[in-house]
Amino acid sequence: MAFHKINVTINNELDQLIVPSNMTLMHMLRESLALTGTKNGCSAGECGACTVLLNGEPVNSCMVLAVECDGAKIVTVEGLAGKKQLDPIQEAIVQEGGVQCGFCTPGILISSHALLKRNPNPSEDEIREALVGNLCRCTGYVRIIESVKVAARMQSVTD
Amino acid sequence: MAINTHPSLFEFDYVQPATLAEACEFLASHAVEARPFLGGTDVFVRMRDGFLTPQFLVDVKKLKGLDDIHFDPKAGLTLGAAVNMNRVIASPEVKAHYPLLAEACRSVASYPLRNRATIVGNICNASPAGDTIGACLTLGGILHIHGIHSPRQESLASFFLGPGKTILKLGDVVTAIHFPIPPKGSVGMYLKLGRNQLSDLSIVGVTALGHPDSNCKSGYRFRLALASVAPVPLVPTEAEAYLANHSITPESVSEAARLSADACSPIDDVRGSARYRKLMARNLSAKALSEVWKKLN
Repeated sequence: MAFHKINVTINNELDQLIVPSNMTLMHMLRESLALTGTKNGCSAGECGACTVLLNGEPVNSCMVLAVECDGAKIVTVEGLAGKKQLDPIQEAIVQEGGVQCGFCTPGILISSHALLKRNPNPSEDEIREALVGNLCRCTGYVRIIESVKVAARMQSVTD
Repeated sequence: MAINTHPSLFEFDYVQPATLAEACEFLASHAVEARPFLGGTDVFVRMRDGFLTPQFLVDVKKLKGLDDIHFDPKAGLTLGAAVNMNRVIASPEVKAHYPLLAEACRSVASYPLRNRATIVGNICNASPAGDTIGACLTLGGILHIHGIHSPRQESLASFFLGPGKTILKLGDVVTAIHFPIPPKGSVGMYLKLGRNQLSDLSIVGVTALGHPDSNCKSGYRFRLALASVAPVPLVPTEAEAYLANHSITPESVSEAARLSADACSPIDDVRGSARYRKLMARNLSAKALSEVWKKLN
């Protein structure tokens, strides 16, 4: 099987890696780079636990090949916070109790962060639609959706 | 069949051709063991489930021109094969002239998945459940195909042969889909019945498009396309012809819906029984046609 040399920026750090053809981005993050915040749920693009930003847009990292990321910029949940400051969605989800077991949380954070970037003031329907690909089996979603609303308000204050 | 629960996929070689010609040549010379792919949202799932075991995956999405959206007020819209569904939804030209296309894309899975999923991929996958195929059929989609010899165009209406089977030949790569400008006053709608409100595959999907047409006895032409009710995405031509030739009334809409359901040959599967599908094909056809008719007036 062929191996490929790729240059990829992960959480603002440029990395050079050699990856086999069949390695997914999720596998590379978790197994080669120990960035285990990205979770392996369904491996089929349905649960959203592996959501990361690929060139600024959320994708299911189980559905992207590592080799496709040559030259790309990846942000995982580990790279969401600033050096001393959590991202507003992280602050909000802590404040609102939007986490129970935590398995879906990294994906929820990335999807919500991306939503607030493209739509700083989303309606509840827009939040629900944006999170349709992030399954949570604990919370019933109410507090997660509240967290996104609170994060939107936090952002508008800091802006 | 072995299910691969490992986060990576079965072994294969990733191939990134530099040009379209190179891609076609590679695909032609590796008949059964190579497969082109775009977003991979169908291919990877089927590989994990053991239904596909390609030796080579040929990544065609970075080829020149495949990522373009081109709109001409006279000629219409051309979407490159690699244009993802979120870009289709966000395109101002699509919003203005082809809202049905955006509606169909929005019904697919989730936002992150739509960042990878493409309309052309959805079409080439040739699943009868493909959510965007109905819109493409009713809007008169034409596929641009690059083969080993020369480029050609094929009507989407004659593209599907069976589940996963199309008229594509060895070495063919679909490079774009083109849509003529929709007839004046067109109104479209996609009704999707899923096990949940958003994101699931369809149990039955009905796309309807209607517009005034002085060539039809009724004064209107309706196009219909049904998902998940036959081996291929289904165009119930008898229902369409009926509405072209009879005044549009609740009765004629109901008769067209019956003809639409009659054309279906669904199967039982995990999402629903054949009987249920047939009943819902009739109900949803009636609903879609009535809603479109309401908006036309």
